[in-house]
Amino acid sequence: MGKKGLGYYIVVRALMIIPTILILYTIVFILLRILPGNPILAVVGTRNIPPEQLKHLEHLAGLDKPLIVQYFDYLWNVLHGNFGVTLASPMGVPVINYIATRFPATLELAIWGFSFSVIIGLVTGMIAALRKGGKIDTGMRLYSIIAYTLFIPWFGMILQYVFGVVLGVLPTGGRIDPRINLHTITGLYVLDSILTGNIPALISSIKHLILPSLTLGIVLSGAYTRLVRNNMVDVLSMDFIRSYKARGIPGYKITWYALKNAFIPVITLMGLQFAILLGGAILTETTFSWPGMGTFIVDRIEYRDYNSIQGAIIFFAFFVAVISLIVDVIYALLDPRIKY
Amino acid sequence: MDKKIKPKSLLSPLVKQLTSRLPGRGLLLVGLGIVLVFIYMAVFAPWISPYDPTKMVDKPFLPPSLKHLMGTNRIGQDVFSRIVWGSRIVLYVVFSATLLSMAIGIPLGLISGYRGGKIDRVLSMFMDSMYSFPALILAIAIAAVLGPSPMNTAIAIAFVYIPTYFRMIRGQTLSLKSQLFIDAAHALGLPDKRIMLKHILPNLAHTILVVFSLSVADAILTEAGLSFLGLSVTPPTPDWGYDLRVGQPFFLNGQWWLVFFPGFSVMLLAMGFALIGEALSERLSLAQSI
Repeated sequence: MGKKGLGYYIVVRALMIIPTILILYTIVFILLRILPGNPILAVVGTRNIPPEQLKHLEHLAGLDKPLIVQYFDYLWNVLHGNFGVTLASPMGVPVINYIATRFPATLELAIWGFSFSVIIGLVTGMIAALRKGGKIDTGMRLYSIIAYTLFIPWFGMILQYVFGVVLGVLPTGGRIDPRINLHTITGLYVLDSILTGNIPALISSIKHLILPSLTLGIVLSGAYTRLVRNNMVDVLSMDFIRSYKARGIPGYKITWYALKNAFIPVITLMGLQFAILLGGAILTETTFSWPGMGTFIVDRIEYRDYNSIQGAIIFFAFFVAVISLIVDVIYALLDPRIKY
Repeated sequence: MDKKIKPKSLLSPLVKQLTSRLPGRGLLLVGLGIVLVFIYMAVFAPWISPYDPTKMVDKPFLPPSLKHLMGTNRIGQDVFSRIVWGSRIVLYVVFSATLLSMAIGIPLGLISGYRGGKIDRVLSMFMDSMYSFPALILAIAIAAVLGPSPMNTAIAIAFVYIPTYFRMIRGQTLSLKSQLFIDAAHALGLPDKRIMLKHILPNLAHTILVVFSLSVADAILTEAGLSFLGLSVTPPTPDWGYDLRVGQPFFLNGQWWLVFFPGFSVMLLAMGFALIGEALSERLSLAQSI
């Protein structure tokens, strides 16, 4: 560990988020402003609207100010948790209201999908490493390629058809049975049902989560399969494993030690995968009519509501930056060799 | 006798490694096969597709038969013809996008890695920020602003993969820069531009090929994702992702052919490129380890 300790590292790393977010904010801002098309005209379409109403809408969106002023105005607002208001029906609703109800849904889906992907990846990668060079190893390798190239909506629909229609055991869309009344605290339904002791809501929300998160989890697991396999093969050929074997330590314990050592690079991948996970979540949400940020963005695109799109994307940028911070800190905690 | 044994014993590890890498060659061949079939379909679409993909040619919802290999959709269009013509759109969008991101990412990566200094720091920071952001969400934002058209989709996707090429080329340039043959080129007084183009770039050809196949595989999924969300083409243009979206409600009613074939095509084509990338990167790491 360095002289200044972990706390110092965390602070420095947290400060590094700021340029990342600023850059993303700038890119999104420039893209949405400089690319052709007036957002207001896009909303109203080719309909003739009175000039004063157009002015009012432009004023509402802050589009009547010089670009540089808009840039800092919006940044200032975002820093205060104000992501602007919707520009299409329902008009004038703060975007943050939508984010507050939609984001927990995406987060819940992401957490579950993420857990599935890591668990599936660890198990398949471990099996492949233990059967290195054999048929199972080749099979797992093919699995990792196929999983990676599965098109999420297609795979999701097949799961919907098999488990929702043919077997009829799981719901094909939504977050919870609409007849169940759940008092929300965090917005994460599973957690909320546990907190409020609502057993029917717990069962229903878990049932609704399984298919979408399994879809996401399987598609993303391929990368872990490969990484865990390769790392474990490396670790298993190391001297300390050989000396364990020589001392007669049982095989399952050795596998456990090898897995622990092979796990550290996996954490780096987790950070990278989380961004991909959020992209995949958009497609999963659309496939499973999951009321999260993804369906929100897609809905708003149909209205050409740029304020909402911009707000949602900047919020995502912030979230991704925070996740990568958390991953780096966990990494530093687990691997004592890392330099602060 | 010595002469005969010696080269054999020297070569045997190499031969062994090459023969044990046979599955890698298999992957390459399968991948190339898949990709070539789709390219053939795209090029000869007017001759291969039995019907006009945009017109109603029969009753709606006919299941697959000899007359309609993949059935007909909700407005009586021939699904097979739409798959064949759809390969044109996908390949057009994905290749334009990838070439565009290469055209921007590779020179920037070369300059950034070779020159270093301030320009490198600024470019790297920009690219790293973009790289850390969910690719699909970025593409959605750009595509939404540009409006649905194949070329606009290509631009949106190109944006996403610029950092991939930039980072890879920059990293490789950095490690090549310190090698002796570049020092020699400097000593000869060659201009920087020539060193970058004639001495560094050719050495990156293999890596570029690997990243190209992998990013094309990824771009196919991104394109399908964008068109699934209604951001790529406008109907009645045949497009796999869009057909998948429209077919979803009917799929759950049992009209499986509306969704199965477009989605399977997306997966197969992406897999073709992924297999090529996989096989090539295996050969690359093999070549480096020898």
